[in-house]
Formats: sequence, C-alpha cells, structure tokens
Amino acid sequence: MPDHTPELSPEPDLQAAPAATATSALIKLEKHVTDTWVLSRSDEALPDQRPAIVPLALWQYHADRDDLAPWLPSDTELTPALAASLEKAALVAVDFPAFTDGRGYTLARLLRERFGYAGEVRAIGDVLIDQLYYMSRCGFDALALREDQDIESALNALKAFSVSYQPAVDLSEPLFARRLRER
Amino acid sequence: MYRYDSYDQTLVDERVAQFRDQMDRYLAGKLGEEEFRPVRLQNGLYIQRHAPMLRIAIPYGMLSSHQLRALATITRRYDRGYGHFTTRQNLQLNWPAQEDVPDILADLAKVQMHAIQTSGNCIRNTTSDQFAGIAKDEVVDPRPWCELIRQWSTLHPEFAYLPRKFKIAVTGATEDRAAIHVHDIGLRLFLNDAGELRFRVLAGGGMGRTPMIGEVVRADLPWQHLLTYLEAIVRVYNQFGRRDNKFKARIKILVKALGIEEFTRRVEAEWAHLKDGSQTLNEDAVNEARTHFPEPDRRPVAESAIVAYEKLRQENRAFARFVTNNVMDHKVPGYKAVTLSLKRREHAPGDVTADQMDAVADLAETFGFGELRVTHEQNLVLSDVPVDEIEALWQQLEALGMANPTVGTLNDIICCPGGDYCSLANAVSIPIAQAIQERFDDLDYLYDLGPIDLNISGCMNACGHHHVGNIGILGVDKKGEEYYQISLGGNADDDVSLGKILGPSFYREDVPDVIDKVLQVYVEKRLDEERFLDTYRRIGHQPFKERVYA
Repeated sequence: MPDHTPELSPEPDLQAAPAATATSALIKLEKHVTDTWVLSRSDEALPDQRPAIVPLALWQYHADRDDLAPWLPSDTELTPALAASLEKAALVAVDFPAFTDGRGYTLARLLRERFGYAGEVRAIGDVLIDQLYYMSRCGFDALALREDQDIESALNALKAFSVSYQPAVDLSEPLFARRLRER
Repeated sequence: MYRYDSYDQTLVDERVAQFRDQMDRYLAGKLGEEEFRPVRLQNGLYIQRHAPMLRIAIPYGMLSSHQLRALATITRRYDRGYGHFTTRQNLQLNWPAQEDVPDILADLAKVQMHAIQTSGNCIRNTTSDQFAGIAKDEVVDPRPWCELIRQWSTLHPEFAYLPRKFKIAVTGATEDRAAIHVHDIGLRLFLNDAGELRFRVLAGGGMGRTPMIGEVVRADLPWQHLLTYLEAIVRVYNQFGRRDNKFKARIKILVKALGIEEFTRRVEAEWAHLKDGSQTLNEDAVNEARTHFPEPDRRPVAESAIVAYEKLRQENRAFARFVTNNVMDHKVPGYKAVTLSLKRREHAPGDVTADQMDAVADLAETFGFGELRVTHEQNLVLSDVPVDEIEALWQQLEALGMANPTVGTLNDIICCPGGDYCSLANAVSIPIAQAIQERFDDLDYLYDLGPIDLNISGCMNACGHHHVGNIGILGVDKKGEEYYQISLGGNADDDVSLGKILGPSFYREDVPDVIDKVLQVYVEKRLDEERFLDTYRRIGHQPFKERVYA
C-alpha cells in the first residue's frame, strides 16, 4: 500500500453512502453535454452511484477502480509522483472553492504542459461564466458550471477573444513570434 | 511610442464587448455583486465613496497628444471635466456613471487605450522611468521591455486571480526613478562586463501596511529569458502566496516567510521547466519592440542657442527658478525634458482639467513631437524640448498654471485621493497637502530646503507612497477620528529606505506645525549642502523627535 494512503476506517463502504450528484450544466469541448459522472465531496465514504468523482485521498485509496476519478483541492502540490499516479485516471477534476481562487489555473497547466496528462481535466466548484475563457486556455476541457449559471452565456463567453498575447495550453506560439512569422 | 497593430486593436475591442456584456448581465440582475466585482475591477472600475471611479491605464506612462485630447473629451462627456494622475502613471476619473463605463472603454479603444488590469488581484500596469529614452544616465531604454511585459501580462489566463495585486517596475538608468525596490517585481536593465544585456530581478518589495524592500532573486538574468522568468515567479506566487488573509497575501509576505533562498529555489525549480520555452525572446522580437520607440526627428540646435538659453537663465530669476527645478538634462545636447507641474494649491495633487489637457496636447505637438510622459510624482513631462523653445514653453505653462517652479521640492507633494474620494481611506489627504503647500509657499525657503519628498497616504494601503517619502504622512483612524502619523527618512531612489515613525500621531490642524519643526531641525543641523535625507541619516531620529514632542 502506498505511503500517502489516508487513514480511513477499515470498511469505508459500509458507512452510509454520501450524496453525490451529476451536474446539468456541463460544458465539454465547448458543447453542452449530459454529465455521466457524479461528484462526491465526502472524505469519508464512496457514493453509491458510478462513475464518481471523489476526493483525491479517497481515490488514492481505491485507485484500482476504473469507475472512480479524483478531484484535486486547489492547494494540491502537484509533485511528479502525484502526477504519475494521476495518469491512469479517466479524468482529473480541479476544485475551485471560490471563483477568486486562482490556483486551479496553474494546476491545470501543470497537468497538461508539464506532465502531459491527456485525459479530461474538469473544473468543478465555483465555476462561473466569466472565468471560463481563462480556464479553457489553461487546459480545462470540461467545465462543470455552478448550477445557477446560464449555459447560453457560458458558451458565448468561451468565444470572447480571437487573439491572445501569451502561449498557453490552447496555443503554443506567443503573439510576438506569430508577428515575426507573418511579417 | 507603441502603436497598436490589428491584433492589439482586436483584443482591446473584444475586451470592450466582453465587458459590455458583463455590465448588461450585472444591470439585469443576472450577475451578482460579488461575482461582478473582480470583473469590473480588472476593467478599472471601482465603486468609491461618492461615485464609481475608473482607472485608465497609461502603459509605462507614455501618452500621445491625440490620446490626451480623447481623455479630455471623455472627462467632459462622462465626468466632471477633470482627471487625476496617479502615482502609478495612470489616470483616474472620479465621477463616471457605472453604466457609461462600457462606452468610455469603447472611446478609449478608439485611441488605443484601455483600463485592463488597472485594478484587481492581477498583474497591473507596468511602470517605468519617466525619462526613459532620454535620460543622460540611461544604460538601456526600458520601454521596449515594458511593452513586451505589457503584452505578456495582458489577459494572462493563469494569473487573473492571484492572491493579491501584482506590480512590476522597470528601470534602465543608473539612478532609479521607477522605485523598483518597492514593487512586487523590480527589474533593472544593465550591461555586464562583456557588454551583454542583463536584468537584475528583485522580488518581494512593496508598501502597504507591511512595507518591505525587494530582494534579489537573480542578479544577472540574460534578456532572452525575461518572460519565462517572470512567469516562473508569478506561478510560484500564485501557488504558494497566502489566500487566507488579504493583508498577508502580497508576494512580499511569501518571500519573507520562505526566506529569499527558499523562494529563489522554488522560482529556479519552476523556471527550469519554462526556460527556453516558446516565450524565450530573440533579437528579432526585441528589435521589433524597439522599432516602436525610435529617436524623434530632432533638429540640430545651434551652439549660439544654447549660449542664449544660459544667458537668459542668468538674467531672468523667474526663468532660472523654473529651469533649475522643472527642467532636466537630456542625453542630446541642446535638448531638455520639461516637467509640467500638476501641483497647485487650488487643486488636488495630480489633478488636471479637460481644458488643461487640451492645452497640454497642443503644447506637446508644438514643443515635443506630440508625446508626453506621466510621472509617478503625478506630474507630466515633455521629453524633447529644444533649449531655444523653453522660454516660450515656460510662458505658456505660466498661463496654464503649470509652471510652478517647485518640482522636487517640499511643495511637489505626492498624494493619494484620500478620504475625499476613496472608500478605503481612513482620513483625508488632499486638504493636508493643501495646508502644507499653503504654509510653505515661499520659494526662497523651499529652494533653501532643497530636495525633499513629502508623500501623503490616506490609509495604510499607501497609494501616496508615504513609506518612501523623506517625510511621510499617513492618515489613521482612531475611534472614528482622523489622525496623522509622521515618518522620516524614507527614500524611493537607489539607496532605498523605509521611513521610521516619529511617534504618536497628530491632529489634522497640527500637521503643518509639526512639519515646520522637523524642517527647523534640519536647517539647524545640516552641514553645507547636505540634503534633508542625508542630515536625517547622519543625526538620526532623536533630534527630530525631541523637537516635535517637546
């Protein structure tokens, strides 16, 4: 068993299963889609429904299951060891406990650019229309919007800009290089 | 100066459209107050004590006459016919209606201006030396580098929700006029022994309630790596800066908590991954940026004109006063940089009316190739005036009330808007500045005192840079009453220092008397031509304290 195993009761599945829900407001690859995953925030036990996105520590404990995926708290330090363990996950969610917490943007870029994670990277939590454009630039390809957000506005917000100065996950060439190339 | 191409223009236009939609959703009740807040802040819009305030970016202080006229028109159409230049080289409108802001931003975009990231917890407008490109002590022109930083930081997708605001300042001169030691990142361009361009990179400086002097992260960064290195620093800050307490969230707190060695280790470890990435600069990219800052087409100035100018200076006392204080030497013989003083008793420091803006735009075209600079001392500069036109310029400035020959003196006060406008302020600051200017209005006395920076902030956010004033005044609130704390010995230049608090704070009406006593001690104790700051450093705090609290 790996060293970072969290302390859990010996039979976590025997506890009452926590509430877990799928979102109706999921945007994936810039389209409104039906969510097939449920999200559980309980550190104690797995939900009944599957497939389920569960806290990182719980996922690590059950990492051999295909129908589970981890979500990372925003203060996760993405070490090479952790990143390597995430490779086998079907999706990795990154939590925004508040939309003003910008750590998730860095986490997504590191997952994509540093560790080459190719699966779905999903933003969960306080995910709002006006942050989606930056999220998508940083490598989030799935955006689980807070339930009160308007899907139409969200899809439009993703198209707010047609040009960027800096490279990010969506674009490898900075504008200064593009200008020189087009000169 | 920098001119937009179609990409810059598209980006700014799209930003206006984005904000218009956000404002519409807010006004329709579809976007909550809390959620609108960072969105409006990153478009320059504050909600202030009396009205919204809009802060317009003036990238590294460079402004064209055309833009200044547009600003004058905007202040007439949407505000009360004046604007306020800030200590970060920006312009603030104090009375716009919030629903007009998308239209104001659209008008700004027409003259290649915006209010992007002038507030909020993001990378703010990069500031620089107001004499960039013309200073005699300049080693490297910082403006092309500032522009590269502006583009890199504008709408940076990863760094829009940092723990706190983030400010970068750049200098390329021997004397630091950009206060790089008190910025989140300070950059100094220099040439190493082999003649290669390098950056000295400081991090963790800042003012606010915990003032700190920046520490060296990299003493000699090769220029190619500027952007990747900045990205590494800001990424480390974004991940590890504190988010639990807004008063401990600036990068200076992180640098102090980790220690500069550990902070540097993390930056270097991050940079190891980013180094040589696609944002690595090459000669072509930098040369392209440099083409935006050509030497203006200066006509030769005859030796006889220089002689005549010096002669006039000998003969005309008023002109001599103006030249000594408000005219700065230029790297090209026969040219000078002239500071237009925005410090008058009738106005808040840094305030300028729409009519003055129009008049100054005309002056910039007549006397200065249509370009202006905004200084962090809240004045304006015409950077390329031939000496044989300075007298004519001076006369026109007199008529406009902008020739106050007090630049660099006690009367050239740096001051935040304070409690008259700002909802954060504990106390008013403008009336304090006015009371001091009124008390010390004798030019001979001001000149005898020599260079003294007097800086006033209405609260510990330190927008008036009181920590680095030779004399700093801070408004504090005690049980709902306004008091003022005085500090001495601050300095924003190369031998940077933070002021030390003199002692218990004072009533508003006593402040001019206290300043008077401080100045008396200086005049009595100074040796020869010693500056106030040097006398203070030599004799220390005690003599001042004893006199003031006697």
